[in-house]
Amino acid sequence: MTTTAQTLPPPRTEVGLLGWLRQNLFSTWYNALLTVLAAWLIYSILPPVLTWVFTQAEWQVIVTNFRLFMRGQYPDEAVWRLWVGIYFLALVMGMSWGVWGQAARTFAALFGAAALLFALLPFSLNARLNWVGVLITLVAAMLLARNRAALKPWVILGWVILLPLSIVLTAGAAWLPFLSPVAPRLWGGLLLTLMLTIIGNTLALPLGILLALGRRSSLPAIKSFCIGYIELWRGVPLVTVLFMAQIMLPLFLPSEIRVDPVVRVIIGLTLFEAAYQAENVRGGLQAMPRGQFEAAYALGLNGVLTMLFIILPQAIRLVIPALLNSFISLFKDTTLVAIVGLFDLLLIGKTTLAQPDFLGKYREVYAFLFVVYWVFSMMFSYASQRLEKTLGVGTR
Amino acid sequence: MSAPASDIIIECRDVHKWFGHFHALKGINLTVKRGEVVVIFGPSGSGKSTFIRALNRLEEHQRGQIVVDGIELSNDVRHIEAVRSEIGIVFQQFNLFPHLTVMQNITLAPIWVRRWPKSKAEATAMELLERMGIPEQAHKFPGQLSGGQQQRVAIARALAMQPKIMLFDEPTSALDPEMIKEVLDAMKALARSGMTMLVVSHEMGFAREVADRMIFFDVGVIVEEGSPEQIFSAPQQERTKLFLSQILSPRRMN
Repeated sequence: MTTTAQTLPPPRTEVGLLGWLRQNLFSTWYNALLTVLAAWLIYSILPPVLTWVFTQAEWQVIVTNFRLFMRGQYPDEAVWRLWVGIYFLALVMGMSWGVWGQAARTFAALFGAAALLFALLPFSLNARLNWVGVLITLVAAMLLARNRAALKPWVILGWVILLPLSIVLTAGAAWLPFLSPVAPRLWGGLLLTLMLTIIGNTLALPLGILLALGRRSSLPAIKSFCIGYIELWRGVPLVTVLFMAQIMLPLFLPSEIRVDPVVRVIIGLTLFEAAYQAENVRGGLQAMPRGQFEAAYALGLNGVLTMLFIILPQAIRLVIPALLNSFISLFKDTTLVAIVGLFDLLLIGKTTLAQPDFLGKYREVYAFLFVVYWVFSMMFSYASQRLEKTLGVGTR
Repeated sequence: MSAPASDIIIECRDVHKWFGHFHALKGINLTVKRGEVVVIFGPSGSGKSTFIRALNRLEEHQRGQIVVDGIELSNDVRHIEAVRSEIGIVFQQFNLFPHLTVMQNITLAPIWVRRWPKSKAEATAMELLERMGIPEQAHKFPGQLSGGQQQRVAIARALAMQPKIMLFDEPTSALDPEMIKEVLDAMKALARSGMTMLVVSHEMGFAREVADRMIFFDVGVIVEEGSPEQIFSAPQQERTKLFLSQILSPRRMN
């Protein structure tokens, strides 16, 4: 004997807005308490801050010095090269979106949204038109590459050459026709901060992987060297590394070779960051079950092939949270280069405060810097979360 | 009973192995002929897994000689890699590569070790998957497969290298009863096709059906060996009789 139960709609407090409120904000007594506390905090902080931002703050300091904040003393006549770099990024990102979809789409959409936002903000007309151009390039590239799997190798090639191309465009070289040299000394502001972060991290990760593998090696010479390197570079503060790079490096090189201060700093940052990334990767390697190594060896794969195809892909996927943590950490550590005289974003901020017109505009400048650093850190964090989700970290 | 020398594919003479102070293998002497199916059984800790893992150098023996297909296993790396290409092993925990599809798992070694072109490797892989009964799983990831399917993929992966010998280290011990049958069927078919197999297993029904020889291991020595009929109907040693009585209770007969 079966009885069919009547299918009823759920009670009103379970679904919709009330349901969401109940589940997320008021589910238990302490949650409810925290909700009330948070609401009070928001109420007491946000209106005064917003009032200040929109009525009392004098943003002229930012507006006048915007060029400095963005690119330091980078010469005006060479700015078109920076735009070429941004256009190329839009091209590769758009094509990635077209060919792969999914994760590439999120990044591309964010980039497009940023471009749109910048096009609407009150910058110079030239800049705004360029941002519109960037947005158009992004969408056009996506449409061009959509569903054309044959373009995949080209898109990958595009990503690989993006960084070297950006460096060549930004720095120029004496022997290139349109790209007159712009010494890295002149790079400043956000341009310098981003260059230091991206170049430092891109170079540090492969070096870190090699160090991690070397540390696990059975050859005593390699193992001792790697352990020594890692412990040395992890044991000193970044500031001393930067000082050493600026002062000591020229002593080791023959006097004819003059290394740009920015290059010296990049070397210091890379060597420093590599030690941390090495330990991150080593954590991932240690987490690999022995069975994976055994299965690979049993199939006849040698050490190199095993690492390349079996172990490293899995190990690195495991430690992506840690790797991106170090990435974001380095981004903020770039503020230390101010101590060795490089005009990164933070130092530019401090120098604008020294201008006679804008003495005392601390709040405006630091609020602006706060927002810029925060936005970029959020972007890197979000990118890392999307990357993890795409690669199935923690689920497969 | 002597056999022509070329017929013997594995020869072990007085093999000893220690793990630190623990004496795991105490003088193993064994010969295996081409095409023979040998089932090794015994209580846990008896050294059976250690022994078959020593055959493809996943464990190193400290004394004695192991000669596989004419190559003596030593610390010479070239010999080790040559031997490993000729021996396939199937593990209790499957040990599939979770970040690669089934097809990629199977074709990785043939492409990179045997240097086959991709088309040949993929054709071989599909053929093996069909033999194992799971051709439709080719583009899935191991995590999406059941245990029995994963183990059959592991068998296909080992067979893709066209080994002369297949080792099985308790292949069904981690599986549910329903899945044990599908894996054992695949192994029986493999045995009937003439592959030389050494199987560490407690599946007595499998042994009875396809084994040419059964070997009882206990505390690091071979206690008894013989054909399945001999072992099941007339075990000579007391320890063998005791173990068989425990393992062949009416519930476990299959």
